Amino acid sequence: MATQPLLTARGLVKRYGRVTALNQADFDLYPGEILAVIGDNGAGKSSLIKAISGAVNPDEGEIRLEGKQIAFKSPMEARDAGIETVYQNLALSPALSIADNMFLGREIRKQGFMGQWLRMLDRPAMEKRARDKLTELGLMTIQNIGQAVETLSGGQRQGVAVARAAAFGSKVIILDEPTAALGVKESRRVLELILDVKRRGIPIVLISHNMPHVFEVADRIHIHRLGRRLCVINPKDYTMSDAVAFMTGAKAPPEEALAA
Amino acid sequence: MAQAQEFEKVLSDSDTNVAAFEDHGVSVLKRIQHFLHSTPAAVPLIVLILSIAIFGIAIGGRFFSSYTLTLILQQIAIVGILGAAQTLVILTAGIDLSIGVIMVFSAVVMGNCAVTYGLPTPIAVAIGLGVGTLCGLLNGALVAYMKLPPFIVTLGTWNIVMATNFIYSANQTIRDADVAAQAPLLHLFGVNFKVGTAVLTLGVIAMVVLVLVLWYVLNHTAWGRHVYAVGDDPEAAKLSGIQTKKVLMAVYALAGLIAAFAAWVSIGRNGSISPSAAVTDYNLQAITATVIGGISLFGGRGSILGTLFGAMIVGVVSMGLNMLGADPQWKVLLTGMLIIGAVGIDQWIRKVSG
Repeated sequence: MATQPLLTARGLVKRYGRVTALNQADFDLYPGEILAVIGDNGAGKSSLIKAISGAVNPDEGEIRLEGKQIAFKSPMEARDAGIETVYQNLALSPALSIADNMFLGREIRKQGFMGQWLRMLDRPAMEKRARDKLTELGLMTIQNIGQAVETLSGGQRQGVAVARAAAFGSKVIILDEPTAALGVKESRRVLELILDVKRRGIPIVLISHNMPHVFEVADRIHIHRLGRRLCVINPKDYTMSDAVAFMTGAKAPPEEALAA
Repeated sequence: MAQAQEFEKVLSDSDTNVAAFEDHGVSVLKRIQHFLHSTPAAVPLIVLILSIAIFGIAIGGRFFSSYTLTLILQQIAIVGILGAAQTLVILTAGIDLSIGVIMVFSAVVMGNCAVTYGLPTPIAVAIGLGVGTLCGLLNGALVAYMKLPPFIVTLGTWNIVMATNFIYSANQTIRDADVAAQAPLLHLFGVNFKVGTAVLTLGVIAMVVLVLVLWYVLNHTAWGRHVYAVGDDPEAAKLSGIQTKKVLMAVYALAGLIAAFAAWVSIGRNGSISPSAAVTDYNLQAITATVIGGISLFGGRGSILGTLFGAMIVGVVSMGLNMLGADPQWKVLLTGMLIIGAVGIDQWIRKVSG
């Protein structure tokens, strides 16, 4: 590929005690693409994502964003750099409202005296933007934007988490299993949203076990196996069963894919 | 637009209105559960009104007089302020067993600075507040950075601060008359004024204002929301970009500062400053007020207004039983029942989504 990758990782290693989650893993994300990351359970997909999003610090290896080396010490730094992540466990606070959750850590304050001196939150503005984002995602079954997240269904919670990432991500959006708990309609909306975000020029990293979804939207598929990148394939050249065979070790990956 | 799969084609006709459901068929009990879930201070408020009504009927007009009711407020001012500090800590799913001794130690420091060393009283007060904050910071550092359980940390600092207090003060009480002569400002919160037959002290006003300020901070500022988020699910809060360690440090430090403020109020109420004040009583009453007030010990839930109501419930029950001439042990027994009842209701309300 002629263009430079936006986000790269080389030789990432992460060990938890005796367990090696990442073993010299590499990663490349090009501008404007949808990169799917697939792999067996325990292959290290989540650790890879957490290393990129600042949630864990890799023991070895380097990560570069737009050519500059980065070492995020916290998810906040990654977010400030424009990398937004939807985690598998969603990272929502159950007792807080939908609006409060969407703006957690970057709340909007009121203008003027109330905001500057009394640091008062601008609830109406936060609620309006939260409602707009949810409507965009088609999450119409949420009746009250002020209701606590714990009163939502699993799918609705996932929708809130995805809406939060879509609302704030500026350089990269990482989605870890975004459709796992969603219904047919909501899954479709999330896929449309992913393509919509791509049209806005923002690349997406999509971790999913749902092969039809992966093959439908991904430009390239990164297959992760035993803590490292096994190969990268183009979904147009291979079938879903090929991909599954590579990631489970049933079939050796083709030579040209290894180089990519 | 993504190439939709066959079964997804009908989606273009789907409903785009925000869902609304008719409410009938939902049992009254369920509705109460939902109301209490969204209004956590309602339970203690209802219990407070009920207990005032019950004692009012049992005792009669004597209890309903504004004098009696405001006397209750005077009696709970210190517990209410300590309860406010405790609420902050419990909201983060912690507990602070040391705030009672921090209060006593701060009072002793304030008194010694003003009376024994002859420093100007405002400076003495500032030193006292600083000592309380430092004790809180120590708790916060051990909880947030050493990641030790709050119960153990504050059990330890309780003993450390108490021993320091006795060693430093040589268990000398500073007499009321000395404080009044040399540092009348320390008695500030004991100043009372009458509104009709109601008697209010500045300490009572301070408690109410403090609770209202904290209510505003917890509900209408980003920091307040972060306190709830940290207590609710620390991992989620961290991934959302909240600096959980800094929030914990600030909460414990603020609890220490408020405990030191309670010290100033207590000097006003007691007159003298005794290093051996009934620490355990204050400590347990503050935790009791918080728990009865519906602050969940598991963190992240409850309203600080509930703590104020909880403190009032304890005040009303003890005053009512006193006026009925009951054995003081009845008060202890009833308090125990209220605590277990409050935790039971908290668990029931939590099941709202289950």
